Amino acid sequence: MEWDWDGESMKAYETFEHRADIGVRGYGRRVEEAFENGARAMFSVMAEINDVKPQDSEEVSCEAPDMDYLFVEWLNNLLSISHLSGKIFSSFKVEIKDNKLRGKAWGEKIDASRHKLMTEVKAATYSMLKVSKEDDVYVAQCVVDV
Amino acid sequence: MDIKSLNKISDYIWEIPPEGDMRVPGRIFASEGLVEELDDNVVKQIKNVACLPGIQEASIAMPDAHWGYGFPIGGVGAFDPKEDGIISMGGIGFDISCGVRTMRTGMTRKDIQPHLEKLADRLFAVVPAGLGSEGKIRLNQQQIDEVLLKGAQWAVSKGYGIKDDLMYIEEGGVMDGADPSHVSSTAKERQFREVGTLGSGNHYLEIQYVAEIYDEQIAGVLGLYKDDVVVSVHCGSRALGHQIGTDYLKTLAEASRKYNIAIHERELVCAPIDSPEGRRYFSAVCAGINCALANRQVISHLVREAFSDVIPKARISILYDVSHNTCKVEEHLVGKKMKRLFIHRKGATRAFGPGRKEIPEEYRSVGQPVLIGGTMGTCSYILAGTESGMTQAFGSACHGAGRALSRTQAKKKWRGDVLLRDLAAKGIIVRAHSYSGAAEEAPGAYKDVTAVVDATHKAGLAKKVAMVRPMACIKG
Repeated sequence: MEWDWDGESMKAYETFEHRADIGVRGYGRRVEEAFENGARAMFSVMAEINDVKPQDSEEVSCEAPDMDYLFVEWLNNLLSISHLSGKIFSSFKVEIKDNKLRGKAWGEKIDASRHKLMTEVKAATYSMLKVSKEDDVYVAQCVVDV
Repeated sequence: MDIKSLNKISDYIWEIPPEGDMRVPGRIFASEGLVEELDDNVVKQIKNVACLPGIQEASIAMPDAHWGYGFPIGGVGAFDPKEDGIISMGGIGFDISCGVRTMRTGMTRKDIQPHLEKLADRLFAVVPAGLGSEGKIRLNQQQIDEVLLKGAQWAVSKGYGIKDDLMYIEEGGVMDGADPSHVSSTAKERQFREVGTLGSGNHYLEIQYVAEIYDEQIAGVLGLYKDDVVVSVHCGSRALGHQIGTDYLKTLAEASRKYNIAIHERELVCAPIDSPEGRRYFSAVCAGINCALANRQVISHLVREAFSDVIPKARISILYDVSHNTCKVEEHLVGKKMKRLFIHRKGATRAFGPGRKEIPEEYRSVGQPVLIGGTMGTCSYILAGTESGMTQAFGSACHGAGRALSRTQAKKKWRGDVLLRDLAAKGIIVRAHSYSGAAEEAPGAYKDVTAVVDATHKAGLAKKVAMVRPMACIKG
């Protein structure tokens, strides 16, 4: 999916190939934005997220020794909250300070009659895990086990 | 990969000589063709596992090995706690005790065929599958602890199945050493409504018929005859297992640093078996195994209900239940010494040879049944463990076909609805909750399961007994 950033069209998130599973990748002008878009990439594996209305919200807070681990923590926290609340999320907001993350996810209850559901994600993994800055753009990515 | 970099031991056994930090050689069981198809990443992972403390004999890869998380999928590693051996997340995976259970129905293909459509619909209706699905059983924290302690025994005690079922499940349906207090409350809570659900991805429930018998004597002992109909279910420990994995990934990452264990890939995070972290993780894994055994037991009960609704004279009995993502304590001969080892099997099936006490008495003389899932359009296999598998690979065999194409490639290549129509034209009924999920699981996205099973047989890891073909398949 593409977003218009300051008049420049740029990819916000995508999935990438992995032999057995699938990779998720988010881009952003700030690292927080890359985390938010990384979460969109993960939920896009589970469902058609453009059909998911951002009407209910859930909060997430987590921490980790570094930004790489924090990205996996963020995604895994979202997975367990999504599962426990029976909701699928499509919109995210993240604040990060000193490797501590406070985030919010918006979405709605899963409704098989309305949502196009795809594959369960078991977990975000350390495989191909990377949070980096390339040419002024932050990238957050890892492989998810499906 | 470049086959010349390997030492050929026999037509089906290849060795990676130790180099760098490798404590033992790598050992790949595969045909020349399968070795040539191997991803270089798999070889790297086999080498990385060979560097872990306490590893015995060899870092082993099965014929279906492919790129995994730390260990290759299709990887086996044995670790001795007395030699600073470790327990690693990468050798078990997120779906703890994912496995296959096969049940006899007492019916033949001819008996079932007229009712097949109705049976598929009924199974699709009663076995919850797919994203967001819930089971009918509702549990609380205390009840879930019972599941984690007693596994399939818990299920039978609640009326899901009969006592005889337990004899045909690894460990008699319950894994010793589970400690529910080492499983987080989040993990437990995620399982409150998940017991008896199939999941999605490559998990399935299939009605199959015996198309070929390769070894009549062993097949007879297993009660399998040509044209018999069986039901197989492939699933694991559901959200509870995934959450144990997620929780302990962090614990083990810290432990790897604390105990100064050099790991060559982040997914190999581990702890010494004899450390508080290692003991905690192992007891959580045992709890996860019990969760999976209970899950497959409840699904078997649902299968019985569906059959009794449609074909009341069907008699469902468990042939066997194997897990292929585990760490188990087993006794194995290393050199001339019998050792108590922690055997990691990630995408590998236990395949004990004849005589082992762990095999149900009825089957003991012929070896442990090994259940290998294929894809929904091809076939699956039933094998039996061998003596040479015991000495060469700690009694282990392959677990499935292994993917040839990524999920993304598969979705580009096949459309779910078209695929299901094509399979229907071949006489295979598929009921799927997600078309795109079905497309990802297209038979063409997998390696040839027959090549994998033939290599397993010829390498002497397990013996081919029977081949089954799908009649109807339920997918998440």
